[in-house]
Amino acid sequence: MTSFNQQMLQSLRLVLPELIWCGTGVLLMLIQPFLKNRQALTFLAMVGTSLGTLATFYGFFGTAFSGQIQFDTFSLFFHWLVGLISFLVILASDSYLEREKLDSAEFYALILFATAGMGVLASAQELLTAFIGLEMSSISSYVLAGYRRDSVKASESAVKYFLLGSFATAFFLYGIALIYGVTGSTNLAKLADADPSSNLLRLGLTLILVGLGFKVAAAPFQVWTPDVYEGAPTPVTALFSAGPKAATFALLLRIFSTIHAATQFWFWAFWILAALTMFAGNLGALVQSNVKRMLAYSSIAHAGYTLVAFAAVTSVRQDPEAVAPAYAAVLFYLASYALVSVGSFTVISELGGQGERYLTFDDFAGLGTRQPFAAAGLSLFLLSLLGLPITAGFFGKFYIFKAAVHSDLLWLAILMAVNSVIGAYYYLRLIVVMYMREYKGTLPADASQGLSPTAAMVVTVAAIITLYLGLAPNHVLGIVLSEKLISAR
Amino acid sequence: MMALSGHLLTVVIFFPAFGALALLFLRGDDEMWIRRLTFVVSTVEFLFSLFLLRAVPIGQAGYSLEEFGHWISSPPINYHLGVDGISLFLVILTTFLTPICVLASWHGLHHRLKEFHVMLLLLEVGVVGVFLSLDMFLFFLFWEIMLIPMAFLIGIWGHERRIYAAVKFVLYTMAGSILMLVGIIWLYNATGTFDLPTIQRLIHDGQLNLPERTEMILFLAFFIAFAIKVPLFPLHTWLPDAHVEAPTAGSVILAGVLLKMGTYGMILPLFPDASHRAAPYVAVLAIIGVIYGALVALVQPNLKKLVAYSSVSHLGFVVLGIFAFQNISMQGAVFQMLAHGISTGALFLLVGMLYERRHTFEISEYGGLSTPMPKLAAFFLFIALSSLGLPMLNGFVGEFLILLGTYQVHWNWAAWAATGVILSACYLLWSYQRVFFGEITHQKNRELADASAREKWILATMAVVTLWMGIGSPFFTRRFAEPCKAVLEQMNRNVMREVALPGAPPLASNRGADNSTERLASR
Repeated sequence: MTSFNQQMLQSLRLVLPELIWCGTGVLLMLIQPFLKNRQALTFLAMVGTSLGTLATFYGFFGTAFSGQIQFDTFSLFFHWLVGLISFLVILASDSYLEREKLDSAEFYALILFATAGMGVLASAQELLTAFIGLEMSSISSYVLAGYRRDSVKASESAVKYFLLGSFATAFFLYGIALIYGVTGSTNLAKLADADPSSNLLRLGLTLILVGLGFKVAAAPFQVWTPDVYEGAPTPVTALFSAGPKAATFALLLRIFSTIHAATQFWFWAFWILAALTMFAGNLGALVQSNVKRMLAYSSIAHAGYTLVAFAAVTSVRQDPEAVAPAYAAVLFYLASYALVSVGSFTVISELGGQGERYLTFDDFAGLGTRQPFAAAGLSLFLLSLLGLPITAGFFGKFYIFKAAVHSDLLWLAILMAVNSVIGAYYYLRLIVVMYMREYKGTLPADASQGLSPTAAMVVTVAAIITLYLGLAPNHVLGIVLSEKLISAR
Repeated sequence: MMALSGHLLTVVIFFPAFGALALLFLRGDDEMWIRRLTFVVSTVEFLFSLFLLRAVPIGQAGYSLEEFGHWISSPPINYHLGVDGISLFLVILTTFLTPICVLASWHGLHHRLKEFHVMLLLLEVGVVGVFLSLDMFLFFLFWEIMLIPMAFLIGIWGHERRIYAAVKFVLYTMAGSILMLVGIIWLYNATGTFDLPTIQRLIHDGQLNLPERTEMILFLAFFIAFAIKVPLFPLHTWLPDAHVEAPTAGSVILAGVLLKMGTYGMILPLFPDASHRAAPYVAVLAIIGVIYGALVALVQPNLKKLVAYSSVSHLGFVVLGIFAFQNISMQGAVFQMLAHGISTGALFLLVGMLYERRHTFEISEYGGLSTPMPKLAAFFLFIALSSLGLPMLNGFVGEFLILLGTYQVHWNWAAWAATGVILSACYLLWSYQRVFFGEITHQKNRELADASAREKWILATMAVVTLWMGIGSPFFTRRFAEPCKAVLEQMNRNVMREVALPGAPPLASNRGADNSTERLASR
């Protein structure tokens, strides 16, 4: 009996971050009737997020709950990442919620639940556990997307996200069912040596890929993204484009690095997905006149770049020497993109004004003189998205290029290069508008006068990390290049 | 100074960045001090770069003042700097032109002055960094970084269609440089290093033998990036726009230095065999560029565009000189890079001065200017003559050496290219005649002020350098002769082998380049 308790305690240590995140969420909901001070709630949510993230230090590398949870460097990395993202998003939401007159306690609680879900996704070693994580993060996301109840766009966003999201989840679940049917297990460690020639297994994996492809907005499953991202409250968009995406990519990477079946098969799937996604995102972004929508499309494009690294992973998976840099490329890219994305959406959320009305390119004209700090921050993030040196985005892209070239994916690398140039055009367009055009007409009275202190903090932190990863990527590389990044057992 | 002497190159690269940082602490409307500070910083930077002259030994190839530091662990990317006889002068050219640019925009520019000077200094950081990097990755990094300040210089302080020109400039360059990035990574895959000297040694020792097709693709990936920058004939269309729309200082730096980044890249002997195979095609493009640029310049109604197209023509010569793979023509190409930087830079300064007075570039708006402004007219004539290659002035040395060297291997290339020399005399003298001689057709032109003291100083400096480069050319050629020879040895390694194979006695390695070219000539 004691040994069982011992085991249970050990297991709980590994999910302590999730417990803290969920616990803080519940606490926030309970405390809301008694605590009217918004800032206190924000503070509480931030404390909860950081405590949860710090709780990873209390964990140890190993498995928990009879092998359902795997805690390794990989999941550690993603716990920090989603923790940091949620922390920044909560900090950035403070002024947004005040401006839009929205309740904050539920908002923070939902973000925390979503974070917990992402944490589960990152360390799930079993498909049903992963499903639970996916649902935790998705259901909270559906609610968050429609949090501005009185806005038509937000309602559209929520309904669209919910309907299509549930549909995709069903695919995922079907996939699990089929795999269970073939192998009699849903545990990734046991699936590792599943018979690769089984068509049913392949079908199951395909369905899983479809389900997860939807969640990361890979073309051709990306059509929901622009509408959902545009309608959701901007801090939530920041969360969507960074957190769940990173966590889902984490799960995808874990599944396809563990299950050895059908490597060749996956290679082409990822190749095509990557090429389609890059073009869908970049070509879509090219014609947008709304900055938020443009960034939504650009987020699709960046999912495409990440998928290039996936194609590289699958094509060299037999070679352990070559595979580590490809994993590292994915992780580094996700981290760099997540921070830049949170930073840029934060700026946008502040500049949008009440009801997010001032988000067209014309509204950004002359921002360089009106609000030098916001414009400089946004420009830095855009340059990072563009992949210019000394920003995190450059190294992210560099490592993906390197992984692709190393795996002889020359054509994919060239397609990515072409896409980078297309991307350069629309990112530059925004910079050009901010610095080289004057604002036409008179500025509306309720246009934003400057970033709120909290948003300025978020932008500063994101900018510092972006530059840090761009100038001295060694530390993060040390983590993502560690030998036992993903332990199969 | 002693403490810094071990890191002279780092100082030369990043000193302007500190200047830019200091500028940020000045008030935006404090115009006088912004200009003064920038001028002092860029002048001190110029003096720093003069120290390089002493450090580069004469008559010796290889890099001096090397600095080495580990930067990124995986893949191994190092902070590796060095200077040789070729990059030496390009750096000095950059640091020389920057204070001139500050002086040139002393009165004409008031809009967001602080940002302007910050951008100018950051541009200097990027350009100098490109010339001094010995790590492919670092090279690429500076190559990309310098884009942004240049784009801002064109896009914010340019003329009417500035935004179009800025975006076009960035997209063109970026398209090329991303291909180059893929190429750099591929090269890393093949060699396991980003280190330029190491790669060169591998090539030299014959340890790096890429398959023919791979080498060609890699060569193209690099070459297209460089060709866009130069710009070589079909890829030149960004240049007239960028030049015409850029402010004077932007045009001077763009023509003076940025274009040389492309030709400097072409001189890096990375893919000897592919270069040789591509040489005839490249030479044809270069010759087309020479003639086409000159012809378009001939019919230009816009003075600044005329100078811009003359750049296309002159840089065609440089590319031709490089791809003739001849010791003399290679030296001529390097010299022409410097000469073009000075004389075209000066032409842009002069055109900018005319623009400050009349706010137009149309040649038809001018005419008879030598009456109201004799001094400016004299300077313009002097510089125009240097640009068209009058003996004793700088343009002659480069073009003559290029034609001489090219003639020894391909007389027909030289013959075609020589028409460019004649055409350059036509368009420069004809436009000079239309602008400065004849009757004054516009009343406004009667009242124009002659060169001010500041302008006289700028132009006199440029004129003196022009003359000095024309007379004292050995000062330059002595320093880059050996590096050029080393480049050629690299480039000709397979030609040497082929020549050496059929029964001939093995060539002494130090004389190999000369012999092989002689044999080529006798074919």
